[in-house]
Amino acid sequence: MKKVIIGNHAVSWGARLARAEVISAYPITPQTQVVEELSEMCADGRLDARFLKVESEHSAMAACIGASATGARAFTATSSHGLALMHEMLHWAAGGRHPIVMANINRALGPGWNIWTDQTDSLSQRDTGWVQLYCETNQEVLDTTIMAFRLAETVDLPVMIVLDAFYLSHTAEPVDIPDQDAVDAFLPRRQARFKLDVSDPHAFGALVRPDSYMEMRLQLQEAMERTRDVFDRVEVEWQQRFGRRYGAVEAYRADDAELLLVTSGTITSTARFVVDRRRERNEAVGLVKVKMFRPFPVERLRALLGGARQVAVLDRNLSPGRGGIFSEETRAALYDLPEETRPAIHGYVVGLGGRDVTPTVLDEIIDRTRASAVPEREDVWVGVNP
Amino acid sequence: MSQVMIADRVPTHELMTSGHLACPGCAAPLAMRLVLKALGPQTIVVMPASCWSIIAGPWPQSSLKVPLYHTAFETGAATASGVRAALDMQGDRDTTVMVWAGDGGTFDIGLQALSGAAERNEDILYCCYDNEAYMNTGVQRSSATPRGAWTSTTPASHPEASAKKDIVAVLAAHHIPYIATATVAYPVDLLEKVKKAKAIRGTRFLHILSPCPPGWKFPDEATIELARMAVACRVFPLLEIEDGVRWRFTMDDDTTEPLQPYLRCQGRFAHLTDEQIAQFQSDVTARWKWIERQVAASE
Repeated sequence: MKKVIIGNHAVSWGARLARAEVISAYPITPQTQVVEELSEMCADGRLDARFLKVESEHSAMAACIGASATGARAFTATSSHGLALMHEMLHWAAGGRHPIVMANINRALGPGWNIWTDQTDSLSQRDTGWVQLYCETNQEVLDTTIMAFRLAETVDLPVMIVLDAFYLSHTAEPVDIPDQDAVDAFLPRRQARFKLDVSDPHAFGALVRPDSYMEMRLQLQEAMERTRDVFDRVEVEWQQRFGRRYGAVEAYRADDAELLLVTSGTITSTARFVVDRRRERNEAVGLVKVKMFRPFPVERLRALLGGARQVAVLDRNLSPGRGGIFSEETRAALYDLPEETRPAIHGYVVGLGGRDVTPTVLDEIIDRTRASAVPEREDVWVGVNP
Repeated sequence: MSQVMIADRVPTHELMTSGHLACPGCAAPLAMRLVLKALGPQTIVVMPASCWSIIAGPWPQSSLKVPLYHTAFETGAATASGVRAALDMQGDRDTTVMVWAGDGGTFDIGLQALSGAAERNEDILYCCYDNEAYMNTGVQRSSATPRGAWTSTTPASHPEASAKKDIVAVLAAHHIPYIATATVAYPVDLLEKVKKAKAIRGTRFLHILSPCPPGWKFPDEATIELARMAVACRVFPLLEIEDGVRWRFTMDDDTTEPLQPYLRCQGRFAHLTDEQIAQFQSDVTARWKWIERQVAASE
């Protein structure tokens, strides 16, 4: 069934088709339609779930943790300050190995108070132990939401689906909505390996001393490392059933490219357009889209970017005092490549706080990159008012 | 009531083990042991950070024979709401979900989540064992610390300046179906209140005074006597409140003992002058009279 729906409703449809059993959420712009639609679905019986309308995002995540620890499939959605408020419980969810799925609508953090898109909210949570999957289209949002539950419950890690405020959250696109039966076959009901159960009582989350803590952290790291392969297998099965696949990393017209753009989120769609135009002029420009940020697809990026002459990484985010976060991660990932295949990495900070990243901006980035064999600086800010 | 009669009325089954890590004389394990006796094995415990996070034992041990989820300090009521929701989805309406939190996790950092859960009337039993300060971190004051008390952040030269937060009145304002106060000095009263709470649906709140020998500075063997004196001198009235509006005293008699001996046997009040004790007495009397008015209005 095809429907024209906004990105936020694609999230809601994903959670519904995944048969989320406990939803706990608190409203924040630009996430609100996700939970409004889900509350409608629960109210009219299209979704059989308990919806907890809690008093904060911190409690939203705590309730998801309680539900997940009791064996339920738990879901929430938030954005920006809401995600920041959850921070403590994001660690708790990952450390407790609870397969919670959450959608985060990328929004800038204040002050200055700003409701528009910016990836710094989700990227600030990179060390919490959540898998992070960035989306480009509403179809990808819906598909990724359902796949996220399968992934989470396979590796016992929480998964965050990330989409741009307004450019996706409030923008309507045609979305193919899969049949419930087909989704049920892909994603059966959760069978928790460990849970709070009065017939088999155990204590969870107790004090762990230095003699055991490191081993638990190692298990978390190993689960993250497994996640790369598990995600591929989940996507292959999704493709077999529904005909669509995205990849942890996607190469677009990247063959023989001398300059590769690296993007995430909706900037990718604009970049596809610009790359097409450059290719029409026989310019060797290509694109690599990063969907998976945690675990970081190091080997995949080395394979795709190694050998290009130049790489331009676009960051709609900022780690103040360091720069763009994707470019920092990409540089670190490629550092071990032999010098002859290691490209020069040009970092560009763009589009903060929802500023439009137009084809003109991308053309400027391509031209500036090609004009300098070595990067002007580690991070060049483009589109900044004089 | 004779000891034999009390023993007859306390269930013999144990859902708490020996070997727990409480300090000698701590009232908190006594309270847990009694509460679990009344609730039985079909109970899931949610425990935010508190002394009990230690008492329950480090991984992979547990001093409880029921499922236990250790959660973050301010999330007892929210985490329990999630546990309840999951059980509901599994068709399990019979298992009791109990939060077991200290005064810091209830009066202070956990109050927002507790207020949210109470307002939604989540079907959980929230037990606060109140030792009147942050004992696990070394006796720092909380909003449950009584006026005049020494703590490690309210030195005797500048003791606690505020009156204890009236948590029971805060919860009553949420109109939850059942609130009760109890102490380990009156085990049958405590058991009866837990049994009553267990049978009720919705948010139930149990406030248990929990004397703390190292924090209050009294000898280990005086715990039960301290808990008894707190009730007898009206510092800690034994109450039940239904739906936030029907208040009832649950004490056997209404004779009052003087306040002075209760304060004088605790090192945390050793610095109090007669004038400060008079101020303490006037706080206790004022709150007692206020409760009397609630009780009178309920009749």
